[in-house]
Amino acid sequence: MTARILVVDDDPAVAEMTGIVLRGDGFEPVFCDHGDRALEVFREQSPDVILLDLMLPGKSGIDICREIRAESGVPIIMLTAKSDTVDVVLGLESGADDYIPKPFKPRELIARVRARLRRNDNAVPAVVRIGDLEIDVTGHRVMRGGEVIPLTPLEFDVLVTLARAPGQVFTREVLLEDVWGYRHAADTRLVNVHIQRLRAKIERDPESPEIIQTVRGVGYKAGAHQL
Amino acid sequence: MRPSPRSVGAAMIAPLQAALQRWTRSMSLRVVVSTLVVGIGTVMLLGAYVTTDIRDGLVEERVDRVLAESARDATIAQAAADATTASNPDDLQLFVDDLQRELRSLGGESRGLVVLRSPDNTSPVPLIIGESTEGLRAIVSTDMRDAVSDGVPQPWQHVGFADTGDPGVVVGSPLDIPVAGPYELYFVYSLADEAATLALIQQVLAIGAVVLVALVVAMTWFVTLQAVRPVRQAARVASRLAEGRLSERMTVRGHDEMATLAQTFNEMAESLQRQITRMEDLSRLQRRFVSDVSHELRTPLTTIRMASDVLHDERGSFPPHVARSAELLSTQLDRFEALLSDLLEISRIDAGAAQLEFEEVDLGDVVRDEVDAVAPIAQDMGVTLRLHIAPGQHTASMDRPRVGRIVRNLLSNAIEHCQDAPVDVAVASNRRGVAVVVRDYGVGLTPHQVERVFDRFWRADAARARTMGGTGLGLSIAREDALLHDGALEVWGQPGQGASFRLLLPRTSEGLGRNAPLGLVLREREFPEVGPLVELAPGLAARGEDVEATS
Repeated sequence: MTARILVVDDDPAVAEMTGIVLRGDGFEPVFCDHGDRALEVFREQSPDVILLDLMLPGKSGIDICREIRAESGVPIIMLTAKSDTVDVVLGLESGADDYIPKPFKPRELIARVRARLRRNDNAVPAVVRIGDLEIDVTGHRVMRGGEVIPLTPLEFDVLVTLARAPGQVFTREVLLEDVWGYRHAADTRLVNVHIQRLRAKIERDPESPEIIQTVRGVGYKAGAHQL
Repeated sequence: MRPSPRSVGAAMIAPLQAALQRWTRSMSLRVVVSTLVVGIGTVMLLGAYVTTDIRDGLVEERVDRVLAESARDATIAQAAADATTASNPDDLQLFVDDLQRELRSLGGESRGLVVLRSPDNTSPVPLIIGESTEGLRAIVSTDMRDAVSDGVPQPWQHVGFADTGDPGVVVGSPLDIPVAGPYELYFVYSLADEAATLALIQQVLAIGAVVLVALVVAMTWFVTLQAVRPVRQAARVASRLAEGRLSERMTVRGHDEMATLAQTFNEMAESLQRQITRMEDLSRLQRRFVSDVSHELRTPLTTIRMASDVLHDERGSFPPHVARSAELLSTQLDRFEALLSDLLEISRIDAGAAQLEFEEVDLGDVVRDEVDAVAPIAQDMGVTLRLHIAPGQHTASMDRPRVGRIVRNLLSNAIEHCQDAPVDVAVASNRRGVAVVVRDYGVGLTPHQVERVFDRFWRADAARARTMGGTGLGLSIAREDALLHDGALEVWGQPGQGASFRLLLPRTSEGLGRNAPLGLVLREREFPEVGPLVELAPGLAARGEDVEATS
C-alpha cells in the first residue's frame, strides 16, 4: 500500500518539487497551499504523514498542528525555513513529531518520512509492563488500570523503546537514532520536548517522574521497578 | 599580649582614614570646615587689629592729658617753691607738706605722687617727704631718675603696678626748693580705667566674633545644602539611569541655576533614552531582516536543492557534459548553503540574537565525536589524527552544537593546513575551565597572519585549494561562539612550525582562571603527557560517507 503524504506548503515550486521527490520514492503526495484549508484537506485525505510548513497564508502551521493533534496522532513533520530555537521548540510543543530545516536534501526528507511510517514491532513481546502501565505493542495502546491513555505513534515509539529495556539508560543520541531514524548527531531538543509531552500524559506526577526517569548528563531510562 | 606596632599604627590610622574618607566624600563638610577656618582667622586678625588700635588711641589720649596735667602741676609746684619765703628747716618742711597736699588734691584719686631728694642734692637741710607715697617708690625706675637729673624735659614711662598689675604712667619733673636744694617730683597715673574699658571692648568684640563666625558657618551650611541637594538628586537619578531605568527624570523647580542643571540633565537623559531606543529598534530590525532573508532565501533554495539532487542522482543516464554540470551544481550548492548559513549565523551573533542552550557536557565526548566524524576525511587526505584526553571528567556547561562546531572548524582548519604531518588534539581541565588544543605541524602562520586569522572571509593563502570547502567564516564564528560561552579561542603560529588553537570554556561562573588547563603551544612530545591516546571509533565507513557528503 502506498503511503499518502500531505504536503502543506504555500510555495508552489517547493510543493511540486517535494511531490516529485516523494513520488520518486513511491509515496502518494497530496497538496494544500493555504493554512485555512489544511484541516479540511487532512480530514478528506486522511494522510499517513503530514509535511507542514510553518509560515503559511491564513492559519499558521503551529495552529494547524495543534488542531490536527487534537483529533489525530498522525505523524507531523514540520518544514521550517527558520532554525531559530523558539520556532522549533514552539512547533514541537504544539505537537509536531519531527522537523526538517529548509533547505533539505531529498534523501533526508525520505529518511524522515520513512522513519515516521516505520513500525518496528517485530521481535518484541506483545505486552510490555512498566510501572503501573500496560503497553499493548501490537495493538498500539497504553493502559493504566484498564483505562486507555491516548498517545501519538511517536510518543508510543519513545515509550516502547524505553520500556523494552527497563533500567537501561538511553542517551538522547541513541533515542534520536532508534525513534527518529537520524543516522548522525541531530537536535537533542526533539527528544527533550517529546519526553516532556509523554510524561505529561503517562506520569502520575510529571514534576517527579517515575516511569521515565532522567539520568543527569546522560539521557533517560524507564523505571526499573515493575509493579 | 602586647599589641604589635603595626596594630597600634592601624588603630591610629583607622579613625584618621575614616575622617579622611568623610572629608573626601562630603562636599558640605569640606565647605563648612574651610569657612570655619577662614572665618576664625579673619575675625582673629581683625580683632587683634581693632583692639590694638583702640588701645593705642585710648592710651595716647590719656598720656597726652597726663603730660599736660603733670606739666601744669610741676609748673605750679616750681612756682610755689620759687615764691616761698620759708628758709628754716621747719618752715621748709611745712611748705613741702603743703605742696604735697596741694598736688594730691589737684591730681585726684587716680594720681599718686612721689617726691624724692635728688642724688645731686648737697643741701644740709633734711626734709621728710613721701609719708603717703612709700608704696609707689618702687615704681620709679633709676632710668627715670637719671633722666630727671640729666635735665630731660618731662620724661615719662609706662609702668605696671606691682600689687594690682594695672598699667600706669610715671611722669618725672625736677623741683628746685630754695635752701633745701633739688628734689624730684614724680606723678604716677593709673591706667586701670583704660584697661577696664579695653577689656570691655575686647569682650564685646569677642562675643561679636563668635556670633559672626557661627552665623557665617550656619549660612554656609545652609547654602551648601541648597547647592548640594540637587547635585545629590542628580547623582541618584544618574545611577538609576545607569541601571537602565531610562524614564527616570529630575524634578525642575523654579528658574535658577539648579533648575537649569535639572533641565539640562533631563535633556541629556531624554537624548540617551532616544539613542538607546533607536539602537534597540535597529537591532530588532536587523534581527527581523536576518530572519526574513533567511526565510526568503531558503524557500527557493529548497526547491533548487531537491531539483539538483534529483538531477545528481540521475546523472548516470546523462551525456557526460550534462552529468558534470549536475555534479558541479550539486557541489556548489553545498558551498552556497554553507555560506548562507554561516552568514546568517554571523548576522544573528552581530544582532545579539544568538541563543545558547546550556547543558552539562563532557568536552572529551564532544571532541571525540568530532574527531571521529572528520577521521575518514583525514584518512583520505593522508593525515593522522591523534587525540589525547586527560583522565577524569571534563564537564562544563555549554551549548553542545556550538562547541561541536568550534571543534569541527579547528579540526578542518588543521587538516587543511597540516601538509600531511599529523594533527594532535588534547583535552584537559582544571577547577576553573576545560580546554582543547588542536595543533598542526604544517605551514604555520606569520605574526601578521596570527592577527588576522579570525577576520571574516580572510584566508592565509588566497590561492589555496579549498579542499574542505570552508566558507571563510568558520574561525570567525568559532571565535564568536567561544565568546558567547564567556570562553576564549586563541591562536599561536610560527612559519614552518605549524599552528595551534586553544579553546577555553569556563566551568564555573567565576570565569576563566589565570591558569589554563593546557598551554597554548604544546610540543609534539608533550601531547602523550596530557593523557593516553584515544582509540578512534572503528567502523565509521558508513558515517564517513555521510560526513563527506554533507561537508
